[in-house]
Parts: sequence; structure tokens; C-alpha cells
Amino acid sequence: MRPELIKEITYVPYSGNMAAAEAMRQINPDVVAAYPITPQTELMQFFADFVANGLVDTEYIPVESEHSAMSACVGAAASGARAMTATAGPGLAYMWEVLGIASGMRLPIVMTVVNRALSAPINIHGDQSDAMGARDQGWIMLFSENAEEQYDNLIQAFKIAEDERTRLPVMVGMDGFVISHSIERVRLLPDKAVEEFIGETKVMYPLLDVENPVTHGPVAMTDSYMEFKRQQREAMMEAYKVIREVGQQFEEAFGKKYEHIETYKIDDADYVLIIIGSTAGTAKFVIDKLREEKGIKVGLIKIRTYRPFPYYDVMDALESSNCKAVGVFDRAETFGAVGGPLYSDVATAMHLRGKLYPIVSFIYGLGGRDTNVHHIEEAIDKVMQKAAGKEVPLINYLNLKE
Amino acid sequence: MIEIRWHARGGQGAVTASKILASSVIREGKYAQSNPDYGAERSGAPLRTYNRVSEKPITLHCMVLNPDIVVVVDPTLLKTVPFLEGTDENAILVINTNKTPAEVREKYKIEGRKIYTVDATKIAMEELKRPLMNVPMLGALVKVLGDIVKIETVEEDLKKTFGKKLSENALNANIRALHRAYKEVTAE
Repeated sequence: MRPELIKEITYVPYSGNMAAAEAMRQINPDVVAAYPITPQTELMQFFADFVANGLVDTEYIPVESEHSAMSACVGAAASGARAMTATAGPGLAYMWEVLGIASGMRLPIVMTVVNRALSAPINIHGDQSDAMGARDQGWIMLFSENAEEQYDNLIQAFKIAEDERTRLPVMVGMDGFVISHSIERVRLLPDKAVEEFIGETKVMYPLLDVENPVTHGPVAMTDSYMEFKRQQREAMMEAYKVIREVGQQFEEAFGKKYEHIETYKIDDADYVLIIIGSTAGTAKFVIDKLREEKGIKVGLIKIRTYRPFPYYDVMDALESSNCKAVGVFDRAETFGAVGGPLYSDVATAMHLRGKLYPIVSFIYGLGGRDTNVHHIEEAIDKVMQKAAGKEVPLINYLNLKE
Repeated sequence: MIEIRWHARGGQGAVTASKILASSVIREGKYAQSNPDYGAERSGAPLRTYNRVSEKPITLHCMVLNPDIVVVVDPTLLKTVPFLEGTDENAILVINTNKTPAEVREKYKIEGRKIYTVDATKIAMEELKRPLMNVPMLGALVKVLGDIVKIETVEEDLKKTFGKKLSENALNANIRALHRAYKEVTAE
């Protein structure tokens, strides 16, 4: 019997990595397979401590690569175990082949991705190119603004993944270093409450059920492959509902709201920023500052659920505001396309609703480049110019040395 | 919200000290961040690390540009890094030196700003027998911060951080160094 460590709601000074490791301890997964890679190394180091100190019942498998880490999770999850891992940057890239196997086999694996840049040049810092590169591999993708959200999102992840309507793996991203290695105040929930919230593992078609033999990972040729993919799309659409339901359950249990998007001061906003991750927090500060100092009404839409993309939520939020123009922030490049991945999604959302707001695309924070108050003010200025009908470049880089 | 920038050299423990500060403030029910400026750290190379402390939640996730307080852990950095960068005349400087605040002001031609000095190197050498100036500089900073965090909370956090890693003697030496600098730091 593992010991109960946290008996009541506790506020602690934690890094994002510590918060994620603590969530994993409370989830107490059956199997964790991981390969250390910066800036996620610390996370697995904390978790390995929990294993060594008997604080979890987990079978911990230190593997030789991320490809193997995800393969081990696939095997474990197919057998009916609750499996988790974590990775970052090039680690996620190396896992890429097996990501699609996990989602294609409909295995409810949960993984932290400490978002970081891809090589070359070599860079270990915060950047969302890793996750965006893995976007079409069939995983549910949640993003956290801070360490506490990473913790809360991980606790919600298994309920989303294991729901029989979804049965899809979930990756939860946080920005490298600025969240993973920075200390912030984090609210921890009691061990028992987390255990109760997540509930027993919901096993479906386990490989180890010898009374009811099933095949996992078979060949599907031209006559059947496409139907599998069609079902994955269906599951992802169901996930849209499940994520919302689990967010509501989390709010009922722990008093904190989680929706597909978080809006900030949107109701009377003339200009709206759309951002994923830690920079959304910096934007909140700038929004308050501009409202107070200059009376400029800016609002924010922070994307928490990136896949399935919350088209309706984004458009409802934009339509509830006085929006005259939108600034879309991408912490990833899509070379040869307009804007970044988020830009394309927002443009699609507008097209679906038949309501086209002027959009300004911003590329920011690549390879950990700082995006501070001044850069966001500069971006807002461009959005205002666009709203006023002035010419603004199609793509704008923040804090770029030119 | 108070923003703090630390200047130190790799291996002097400034990142740890800034983590202990954030941790202590949070344990008192307030809000804080500790964000190291991670680069390719090498022992002895100049580094910066940051803190934000506040009574209210902090949502900023960027580097500190205009610090309210600058802490200089290694006196040799006064000559080599722009430690006044981004500060205005209201900024507070907490400097490890054997000089008085007036001497520092004159030598580095500092206008405005409030200067505090403490001989953290001497305290470290006497108490810890090694030039580890992070804990004494933390003690001095806590004094300068006033009501935001109690020195006793920092002592508790120090015990939590180092309790398992250090011998009882070494831990006690650190606690003495913390309190000495807290008492010995002087303003103009």
C-alpha cells in the first residue's frame, strides 16, 4: 500500500516539472516508460525518486530511446495497464512513428510534452514546434499556461483518454524552461480526492484477457484501413464533448473551471489576441496595463484544447466581443504557408462561421526567444493598425533581430 | 509586485538562493516566481536569475527587464557586467563587497538608487570556509525586502532544501551565514 502524502489542499512552490511529477505520483500509473531529455529530464528524475521511495506502485521502465518509451507504453496500454510517459522537443520527434500507433490502436496513454525547439540549430528552449509537428498523429492535445494547469490537466487527462467514446491518447504541453524549470505557486489536491476523481482504470479489450482473445495492431489493407481512420475522426469529435464534461466535473470537485478555451476580458474587447501556453499569462498582464494606462480594450482567447480544435468556442468568444481585428500568436513555424498552425485553425474557424475578422499573424518565442510586455504591446499596436484599415505585413515576427 | 535580478557566476548557488526565496514567499501564502535564465552554464561564467514576488497572483512569463532590486553576488561582476541595466533611479542595489555603499556609489558613478552592501564573501569564508555567497546574499536580500518574507521562513526553507544534502554542521553554518548577512547588511 503506497503512503498517503497529501491529505488536504496544499499550496506549494513547484516548477512545472515538479507539478507534473506530483500529478503522476497521485495518478499512480501501472507503467511509466521514459527516456530522459532536456528539459523534461527533471520530471522523470522526480518520478524515479517516487518509484525508488515506494511512493507509487508503478513499473518504471527506463528505456533507451523515445521510440522505445512510446512502444513500451503502447504494449502496456494494450495489455490493459494505465501507461504514462513524458518527452520534449526532439524526443517527441523521435517518438513520432509510435504516436500514430498509440492513437491508431486507440490506447489511452497520457504524456507530458515539455514544449521545446527542434534542431537544427541545436536549442533546448521553449517552443511549440515539437507538438505542432506531431499535430496530425491523432492525439488529443491540451496546453497549459502554467505549472498548476499542467498538474490539473494531467489529472483530467485519463478521464478524457479512457472514456469509451474517445479511447485516444492525450498529450499535455507546457512551455520548456519558462514553465518546466521556473518555480511558481501550485495548488495540490489531496491524494484521495485525485484517486477518486480519476477512478479505476477503464480497460477495453485488454491483450491479457485470455478468456476473450483479441488482436491488437493487425494489418489493415486497402479494404479496411480507411474505416479505422474515419473512426478516429469520430472519436476526436466525441473527445470535444468528453473534454468539456471532464472539465465540468473537475470544477464541481475542485472549484476551478476548465474549458476548451479561457477568455480574459473579452466581453468589451475591441481587439482580441489568441495565444497558446505561457505567453497567454504575459498577455493578461499587458491587457490590464493597456486598459488602465491607455483605455485600450484588448481581450484574450487562450487555447487549452488544441486538438480537437474548439472552432465554435473561439468564434462564440469573438462574436461576444466588439472585435475589430484579431492577433494570432504562433510559437511554431509553418514554412511556406501563411502564419503558423494556430493561424490556419483560426482562419478556418472564421470561414466555418462565415464571419471574417481581419487577422494579423505573429510568430514569437522560437527557441526560447523572450516575449515580454513590450513585444505584446507592439503586437497589439499592429492589430489596431489592421483594424484601422492600415497595411500590416502578413506575417510579423516578435523580438526578431533585424 | 517586486521584480528582482541576481547577478552571479556559475557555481555560486544564486539559482538555488532565488528558488529558496520564491519558495519561502509562497510558503507564507503569497505569490512568487523563480526563473533562471538558463544558457550553457559553465562554472565561473556570469549568469542571471530572476524573482518576482507579490501579494497577488503573477501571470507574467517573461524575463525581468526593469528590476526593482538588483543583487550582485560576486563583487568582480561589478566591473564586467552591466548590473544597472534596466533599472531606474528608484531601484535598490544589494551588493556583495567589503566597501561601504558610499564607496561603491563613488567608484561606479551610480546616481540615484538605494545602495545596500554586505561583505558576503567574508561571511561565507568565516562560516562556510568556502566562497559560497548565495545564502548570505539571500539573508541580506530578505532584510531589504522587509515585510514580504520573514527570515525564519527562509531558515525553514533552507533546512528543507539542504537538510538531506548537507551535514548538520554545514547546515548550521549556512543558517549562521544567513542571519549574519541579514544583520550586517548596511544602507547609506
